[in-house]
Amino acid sequence: MVTEPAYEFETQDILLNVGPQHPSTHGVFRMVLSVDGEVVRDLVPHIGYLHRGAEKLCETMDYRQGIGFMDRTEYLAAFNAELSYVMAVEALTDIEVPERAQWIRMILCELNRLSSHFMFMGAFGIDVGVFATPFIYAWIGREALIDLFEEVSGDRMMFAYFRPGGLAWDVPRNFKQRVNEALVVAEQGIKDFDTMLTENEIFVARTTGVGKISAAEAIDWGMSGPSIRASGVPLDVRRDEPYLMYDQVEWDVIVGENGDVYDRYYCRLLEMRESVKIIRQCLEKMPDTGPIMPEKMPRMLRTAPGEVYVRTEAPRGEYGVYLVSKGGNRPHRLKVRSACLANLQALRDMSVGQYVADAIVVLGSIDIVLSEVDR
Amino acid sequence: MKGIARSMLTTLSTFARKPVTRNYPDYHRPLPRTDRAFPLLLWDHEIDEPFCTGCHACERACPVECMTVLMKDNPNHKSVGGTSSRRKIIDKFWVDYARCMRCNICVEVCNFDAIAMNNTWTGHEMSVYDRKDLVVDLEQLLTQSRAKEIDEWVPIIGQTND
Ligand code: SF4
Ligand code: SF4
Repeated sequence: MVTEPAYEFETQDILLNVGPQHPSTHGVFRMVLSVDGEVVRDLVPHIGYLHRGAEKLCETMDYRQGIGFMDRTEYLAAFNAELSYVMAVEALTDIEVPERAQWIRMILCELNRLSSHFMFMGAFGIDVGVFATPFIYAWIGREALIDLFEEVSGDRMMFAYFRPGGLAWDVPRNFKQRVNEALVVAEQGIKDFDTMLTENEIFVARTTGVGKISAAEAIDWGMSGPSIRASGVPLDVRRDEPYLMYDQVEWDVIVGENGDVYDRYYCRLLEMRESVKIIRQCLEKMPDTGPIMPEKMPRMLRTAPGEVYVRTEAPRGEYGVYLVSKGGNRPHRLKVRSACLANLQALRDMSVGQYVADAIVVLGSIDIVLSEVDR
Repeated sequence: MKGIARSMLTTLSTFARKPVTRNYPDYHRPLPRTDRAFPLLLWDHEIDEPFCTGCHACERACPVECMTVLMKDNPNHKSVGGTSSRRKIIDKFWVDYARCMRCNICVEVCNFDAIAMNNTWTGHEMSVYDRKDLVVDLEQLLTQSRAKEIDEWVPIIGQTND
């Protein structure tokens, strides 16, 4: 930990501006650090550089048109973002989603969690100074998954594949085989990261004890996802309020102990293994044929008046959609509860008292996606 | 020290694996049929005219309003001695590719299966020097289908994919 230097005379803190165009801020994020030598005394995050008004835009669009904008709020895990949105619409319309569509959705969401965590591993590696090697290794696993997404949905990142009621079109015939192939590559990738980083003494020394946050503080800040589980809080929407078919598969909620940067990394790594486990079970239980959309779908979807809040577990935490409808074919109000925004609030508490270089590592460890923070 | 040695071993072991890198500009990986680039209009080879009747359905459904459609009376219609049964046909059509967000909605709403997403590399390699060049007109939209250069895939919602 940081030891307090013995001052002989009074010194002045320096304001250090990091970002918005800075490679280690993961997008356009700006933080103003107040530094005393190498030690961060205060940190003020500035967000909003990537605000596109996606929620407001969705209010002028009908329900199908909104799906594309949801992709863009969370571009690293677009399936998860779409899922919350279409589930909110389904809740207001009483559409019964066919079972097969639910299994496929679940597989795709878990695969998306894998690809998003791969991205984290790579970017985090760069933040701690393991330059480029993990980043490129992460790409091997991620590329296999993204190729699969392209075969299924037609796009590599902005899928626009889930529809209220089910899926846009059926998955390819060799879907199961392709998922298995991609999982083999992904498992190799997870193993590589495990052997490369987990026990690497330099990596451990660099990350252990950095950016600690206690369970109580994490709860107070409203954190969610792997970032809070690393602090020892077993909070997982998939387990607490099972949606899709999560109550029919077996897996463990990964919980850390110390709530430091290392735990946040290790939780994600173990979580990837759990995801692989979930997908394997899904592939076994998923019916081979069957409808993926309900028989009767109206050409223009209209919801009943009312409001609903639907939350799902996205790779970065709880991704919720609050939808108010006054009837008709478009939302009256749409609000996205973004996990990153809540997680980012704790950044100051985590970084104050650490070195400047550690503040970057802490920022990397909560795995923010700026487009989800600003929307 | 053990951890570092293990980590080095991992790195070294990748030398024995097959390279996964694709040398992109030299090698174009085959695209799946579902691949979505930008929308294109399809050509009816039987009657030798576009499928599109200019019905404005796609224009109205587009979330980013990047399409402009104008229709006209079909000069090749049966009532005037032609061969086509389309009373109206597309006159002018512009799509602003710079604004299109490739959401596939225009393909879904078209009742005539007249529009499809480009699933070839031509649709992806579209860099130009001027933004205005990304507004494509009817002729450009039809060229590829007319030359039978795309594997047309018009997904119907809920259909099987084979
Ligand atoms: S492409 Fe289809 S929906 Fe669009 S104007 Fe032509 S016929 Fe109508
Ligand atoms: S793909 Fe979507 S954004 Fe692009 S032209 Fe069609 S409807 Fe508009």
